[in-house]
Amino acid sequence: MLFRAPAPFLEGGSGAEIGGRVDQVGAGTVRPTARETTGCLQVKGTIVRGMIFDIMKFAIHDGEGIRTTVFFKGCPLECWWCHNPESRSSQPQRIYRAGRCIHCGACIEACPEDALARENGRIVADLSRCDLRGRCAHACPTEATAIVGKEMTVAEVMEAIRRDRIFYDQSGGGVTFSGGEPGMQLDFLCALLDACAAEGIHTAVDTCGHLPWEAMEQVVRRTNLLLFDLKVMDAELHARFAGVGNEQILRNLELLAQMRAVEGMPYDILIRVPVVPGVNDDDANFERLATFLSRLPGERLPVDLLPYQKFGRSKYEALGMPHRLAGTEPPPDEQMQRFAAILRSHCLPVTVRGVHDES
Amino acid sequence: MSRSARVEKLRAQSLEAKPWISTERAELLTTFHKKHRQALPAPIQRALAFKYILGHKTIRINEGELIVGERGEAPKATPTYPEICCHSVEDLEVLNSRPKTSFATSEEARRVYAADIIPFWQGKTIREMIFRDMTQGWKDAYEAGVFTEFMEQRAPGHTVLDDKIYRKGFLDFEQDIDESLAGLDELNDRDAWSKRQELEAMRICIHALIRYAERHAEKIRQLAQETDDDVRRGELLEAADICDWVPAHAPRTFHEALQYYWFVHVGVITELNTWDSFNPGRLDQHLLPFYRKGLADGTLTEEKARELLQCFWVKFNNQPAPPKVGVTAAESGTYTDFALINTGGVTPDGRDGVNELTYIILDVIEEMRLLQPSSCLQVSKKNPDQFLRRAGKIIKTGFGQPSIFNCDVIAQELVRQGKRIEDARCGGSSGCVEVGAFGKENYCLTGYMNLPKIFEISLNRGVDARTGRRIGIDCGDPTDCTSFGELIDAFRRQLRHFVDIKIRGNNVIERLYAMYMPTPFLSLLIDDCIARGKDYHDGGARYDSSYIQGVGLGSLTDIFAAIKHHVFDAGVVPLSELLAALRDDFEGREPLRQRLWNKSPKYGNDDDYADDLMRSIFEVYFEAIDGRPNTRGGNYHINLLPTTVHIYFGSVTGATADGRRAGQPLSDGVSPVQGADRLGPTAVLKSVGKMDHVRTGGTLLNQKLAPELLETEEGLTNFVHLVRSYFLMDGHHIQFNVVTAETLRAAQREPEKHRDLIVRVAGYSDYFCDLSEALQQEIITRTEHKAF
Repeated sequence: MLFRAPAPFLEGGSGAEIGGRVDQVGAGTVRPTARETTGCLQVKGTIVRGMIFDIMKFAIHDGEGIRTTVFFKGCPLECWWCHNPESRSSQPQRIYRAGRCIHCGACIEACPEDALARENGRIVADLSRCDLRGRCAHACPTEATAIVGKEMTVAEVMEAIRRDRIFYDQSGGGVTFSGGEPGMQLDFLCALLDACAAEGIHTAVDTCGHLPWEAMEQVVRRTNLLLFDLKVMDAELHARFAGVGNEQILRNLELLAQMRAVEGMPYDILIRVPVVPGVNDDDANFERLATFLSRLPGERLPVDLLPYQKFGRSKYEALGMPHRLAGTEPPPDEQMQRFAAILRSHCLPVTVRGVHDES
Repeated sequence: MSRSARVEKLRAQSLEAKPWISTERAELLTTFHKKHRQALPAPIQRALAFKYILGHKTIRINEGELIVGERGEAPKATPTYPEICCHSVEDLEVLNSRPKTSFATSEEARRVYAADIIPFWQGKTIREMIFRDMTQGWKDAYEAGVFTEFMEQRAPGHTVLDDKIYRKGFLDFEQDIDESLAGLDELNDRDAWSKRQELEAMRICIHALIRYAERHAEKIRQLAQETDDDVRRGELLEAADICDWVPAHAPRTFHEALQYYWFVHVGVITELNTWDSFNPGRLDQHLLPFYRKGLADGTLTEEKARELLQCFWVKFNNQPAPPKVGVTAAESGTYTDFALINTGGVTPDGRDGVNELTYIILDVIEEMRLLQPSSCLQVSKKNPDQFLRRAGKIIKTGFGQPSIFNCDVIAQELVRQGKRIEDARCGGSSGCVEVGAFGKENYCLTGYMNLPKIFEISLNRGVDARTGRRIGIDCGDPTDCTSFGELIDAFRRQLRHFVDIKIRGNNVIERLYAMYMPTPFLSLLIDDCIARGKDYHDGGARYDSSYIQGVGLGSLTDIFAAIKHHVFDAGVVPLSELLAALRDDFEGREPLRQRLWNKSPKYGNDDDYADDLMRSIFEVYFEAIDGRPNTRGGNYHINLLPTTVHIYFGSVTGATADGRRAGQPLSDGVSPVQGADRLGPTAVLKSVGKMDHVRTGGTLLNQKLAPELLETEEGLTNFVHLVRSYFLMDGHHIQFNVVTAETLRAAQREPEKHRDLIVRVAGYSDYFCDLSEALQQEIITRTEHKAF
């Protein structure tokens, strides 16, 4: 999920759907030893569980109306501009926000593995010793230390989704599954999509597109709206800035368009393109994008251009991850409009941050 | 944005004028009483005093204005009401010099007070009678900040006019009086004589106001003679004709209707310093027939109607709230006098009440951008979304107006209280968020109740920890409680104790006003005072409600949730340890404070754990108050609104278990604790929606929105959906501040550059730079919801 204001990790107090119960986070999770890159299906007995890192209410830029966005943890891409760096790993992670820390040492005392220590006015962690059971987070009075990522059942997520039902009904909104890449937890995602369909809740899935076609097909047959991210058209640049090439992504989009053209319109697609200075902010990229999209079969797909925003830096710090676009400024509005014009010249319906502007 | 040159000038005059104390009314009243020393029935005496004041006060016509009548000698000249509260010379000095809501007080004014006013009124005022007749228990609770008392410096008001003046002139009211007199049963009705006095007093008031209008006509004709400007002369002569016609007769034109209302308004706020000055209620519906008729017969244009409304707006802004001192100033620290223009809603027969004039009035609200009058939308499910969208565009400009009410729920609230459905549909809110049947009800707010303080006293076994004095009852040692329910039960008993004290005091105060301070002019205007021959203060109104306003619901909910969670459910913090930390204001216990603040369930996050506790508190409060009788033949009900008292109440309340430090503000209205709502506006609305608003007489919800949320059409659509969803949950009221915390901080740093920054405070808007520093800080901390 790209280009949003900084989502609170776990800033929910105990009132948060996820955040407040940090004491239970990670408890009982079977921790795979290696990072999985595809099809992260977590099945325990008959209960399907998924790894979620946030559930955000009043999301209004992820589809129609007032929505709830459910953020799945784990992504096959590693985009430099990602605002949700906590979404990459499919496992729970310990975060530390130095600005909130009052140095009371409760976390150090609580850690049974002696993984924590004081150093230069900060709490430092030896993550190799961390078992991610979150006793430090539970002990922390200020939420400076927290565990991001919680294993949830379909029923638990549905309970959170249902809470804002009155707003969906009033506004024509619903739920958006985002991430990370929700398709990486395919069974969990499909179970949630089915549960929403059964209750008449409108669904959207925000995908990076980098999934096996079989997975993509399962998702698209269950959702009302697909938010499909297209980042960089050049395969090499894509590999450089997102960690993987874009061949599978483009192929999936071709197949989706074909399927949509052949079967009528069982679902909507919105193409979402981040405009990131130094990465894809050149006319050539948008010319290629326009050509690609205008050659797809069927009705022209609408495109939403999203300017890079300087959010998320504090998250990189909290996770102890380097932010490779730390100095980058958002693209100027004129540039956004120029790229929009290029796409429009190919008869593609375009919005910038959801706003139609023909000027 | 269009304001004519005339309006521009009048508006600037109003904005530039500084409030100052005018002693004219006090002097006239004193002269009257010195002249008429014979014993008279109270209503007659009050009516004659009213007539004397209106007959002698300065007639002020502002340059270029189309609607005439000022309460004082000039815009912002503010009279005093020594019969209610006689300011001391020191009071006048404080008013003159205090940094916020000051009133310029001249040396001459102080001299007049020292020489004439104080010597005459000292010992005779309502304020002194009240404090004389209150019990020690009442005084202890009042001084501790357990509750406040509305009527110690201002008279009961809290009423709004209906449509009667648009149908009837004052001479028609006189006929009603004659009919009522003719129906008196002097043989069998032991109150017949009292009724006759009251009705004759009303008759005196009728002619007092007609004469007051005539004096305006005379003055205007004089000005017309003096002017060289032919256009202005024409305007003046027209205005004089209007003053000849209204209020004596029913209005015939849009202009006459507005002028009529304004004379009535000045009458009400001259007779007494009523809480909630007074207001015309559903102005869009009342004026619509005059507007349509004027357009049809060519005597009015849309442009002219706008200008008249704009002139009308200026008149409200020229009248600051009468000066308040002491606790009353702390609970209501504002120049705003709570005239609230209602728009929209439904018609008496239940149809969509939004009309073309509604939108013109909304334009005027935006164009004028004045603190007074305040404005609100009554939103019914029958009203179009366009109505809300238009309001959203005004709210977006960031001056806190208009606030938004749920018309359908207000009708339910009023019907639950026993009103006829057609009276309920014509009702709405006055002042802040309190509701009543317009033109037919005395709905009297009597004081705020400090809920967290009462729980604090309960935890301290009846002792006020701040002073060490025993002012409550001993409900036992809280550390002996084995369940959280026992703590709630102790709170219930403690609350009942203080509510009983408050109501016993109210019963006395109501009688003092009924006996010594009848209000025959206001009684003319509110049904069924004429028919019953009874004063507004003595059960004359068709409906008579008394309110005690609960404050700190969000704070107390979070206090309960923290104790229940950490002490009883998780069992990790012993209550004795927690109480010790509270006594020490968390000194040396910062980790505990942080844990309580960050890791307790909090109201405002759609968390049933906290929200269920909120509902229990609501029930305890409701049971302690609702349905108890007042002395006017009506009942008590609850509402939940704060004005600015949550700052004062916080200042007298020690550290609390939700992690709040001693002295910090409490939560306002039914809003969550400032900064405790962390999951966005839908979660707040869900939490607040779990309350049974229908059983209140008003609740107040503050929301702060980031400006970007309302920037786009899509944003406005979502705004409409948010409000509609809250109202589907039977929410009573919601209001928005659309301004960033950065802007507010900048205004704190450089007030001179932000003099025009207006924010929503409680049931009203105010200039940010006029607010106390504590209140400024509190508004900054209210959670700002951003679009994600």
